[in-house]
Amino acid sequence: MAGMSTLRRREAINGYLFILPWLLGFLLFTAGPMLFSLYASFTNYDVTTRMRWIGLENYQRLLFDDSLFWTSLGNTGFYALFSVPLSVAVGLLIAVLLNQKVPGQRVFRTIFFLPKVLSGVAVLLLWLWVFNPEFGPINSFLRFIGIQNPPLWFSDPIWAKPALVIMSMWGAAGGFIIYLASLQGIPKDLYEAAMIDGAKPITQFWKITVPMMSPTIFFKLITGVYAALQFWEAALIVSSGGTGGPSYSTLFYGLYMWQKAFGEYQMGYASAMAWILLIIALTVTFIQFIGAKRWVHYEGEASR
Amino acid sequence: MTVQQEPLSSAPVSSAADNRRAPGGPRALDMFWRTIAFVLLAIVGGLILFPAVWMLSTALKADTQVYANPPIWIPNPLRWDNFVQAWTQAPFTRYTINTTLYAIAVVIGTILSCSLAAYGFAKLRFPGRDALFTVLLATMMIPGMVTLIPQYILFSRIHWVGTYLPLVVPSYFAGAFFTFLIRQHYLSVPNELSEAARVDGATEFWIWRKVMLPLSKPVIATVAIFTFEGAWESYVGPLLYLNDERLYTLQVGLQFFRTQSQVQWQFLMAASLLVMLPVIVIFFLFQRYFVQGSALNGAVKG
Repeated sequence: MAGMSTLRRREAINGYLFILPWLLGFLLFTAGPMLFSLYASFTNYDVTTRMRWIGLENYQRLLFDDSLFWTSLGNTGFYALFSVPLSVAVGLLIAVLLNQKVPGQRVFRTIFFLPKVLSGVAVLLLWLWVFNPEFGPINSFLRFIGIQNPPLWFSDPIWAKPALVIMSMWGAAGGFIIYLASLQGIPKDLYEAAMIDGAKPITQFWKITVPMMSPTIFFKLITGVYAALQFWEAALIVSSGGTGGPSYSTLFYGLYMWQKAFGEYQMGYASAMAWILLIIALTVTFIQFIGAKRWVHYEGEASR
Repeated sequence: MTVQQEPLSSAPVSSAADNRRAPGGPRALDMFWRTIAFVLLAIVGGLILFPAVWMLSTALKADTQVYANPPIWIPNPLRWDNFVQAWTQAPFTRYTINTTLYAIAVVIGTILSCSLAAYGFAKLRFPGRDALFTVLLATMMIPGMVTLIPQYILFSRIHWVGTYLPLVVPSYFAGAFFTFLIRQHYLSVPNELSEAARVDGATEFWIWRKVMLPLSKPVIATVAIFTFEGAWESYVGPLLYLNDERLYTLQVGLQFFRTQSQVQWQFLMAASLLVMLPVIVIFFLFQRYFVQGSALNGAVKG
């Protein structure tokens, strides 16, 4: 700062003062903890005994000896694979429908936005009751239409995850608002030109709507995958006590990590899990960005 | 039929193409698509409302009707008394006070610290600003789980576990996302305003307080609403840090009806509805801020 004028120096000092809360927070609650966590992942830290450096042992155990690690990773992968694309489809569908001039648009908007607002334990407990195998309305309906032995949902290793995916669809409905904003930004003359060429509505959707909305869809895919990789709180509540459901079918990555950290106090081991998750998340995002070059179309970008 | 009363304002656009294909003419085809859209919206809307209706229905049932098969949708008689009973079975009044104070403290901390940091990043020049801002953006990519464990160890070392401090204090240190959101808004405020005040000898703090904050009420409101909702509905944090039952928040307290040997669904649903009520009321009062916030959320792209 030596060469700066008094005024500029004062501005700089002010600048640092204003961002000081963030800077301190970053050092205290993000950077510091992350460095500690990285260090802890190479130790046998378990809160009670002395922390001892064990090198890559945690990582080796996770990757080669711990089948539940792979189970939890598989469960999380299953959830991401189904819930993310379906969420995009649901949000997009609602947005396209709402973009038509239909009566009651305002009412529909309010209804579709509600799931975005309502979350937390109350909603999860509600779903538990909706999916109740004996008395819940879903199975009553399934029996009504002639299905004798409807799924046991959260008590059934095969159906527990699909039930969670269905739940996530409900929450995804609120995502329509971003697609709607993006839909309304598409120039109308593109459709007019397509119609003169005789393009059918379906063709228009795939050739104009989807490419024009691709940056928004891409954004939702990135954030959606990120959220899905960290999905586990619902499983903690649904499988009461966070046992991971029948046959570990809802033992998601985060839930397993939670068990290791706060159930068994294997903090070093859980820290290694956290870092593996970070690497997976960054890798998946990186791959998505590379793939995006093929299909995400930005306005103002030179046409290929 | 309400469908038919809608004026065909988009007709000019679609008529050119429709003329060629539709035997019933452009009007009929347009009407056809709109009716399909309406029916689909009604079906999806019904699916979305369905759990909420089931919740309300259960909350008003007598225990004998809760387990009826096939399910009863309109209970008879309506047991409004369930709400009172659910509330008094556990110390929910206490949980409500705890949760409200906690949420308010978090909202104040977030608005103060994030808007200060946002001002620094948006309007002041200092060496390393852009690099630091990149770091801020990068922190949004760190999964919360990576910091959850070391933060817990930190808070337990300084003996904050069992208090509200681990839940409230970090919000006074400017989280990345809301700082970013407010900064985006500050960037749109013309520099002339702050320059003029600066020439008049105003301090930066005064400019932030008297020029920036008043000009950014909508975005501050958005942040406030989302933060309040987030605190009201947070579960893992309170579960992890509050080990004394008297300190529980509503979300943790809701588990009360499940730790009993058998779940009392009518009370559980009644209590859940009451817990959700403030969020629902806030939603209906401030809908446009919710919508704005979500649209801004999307604007982060690119």
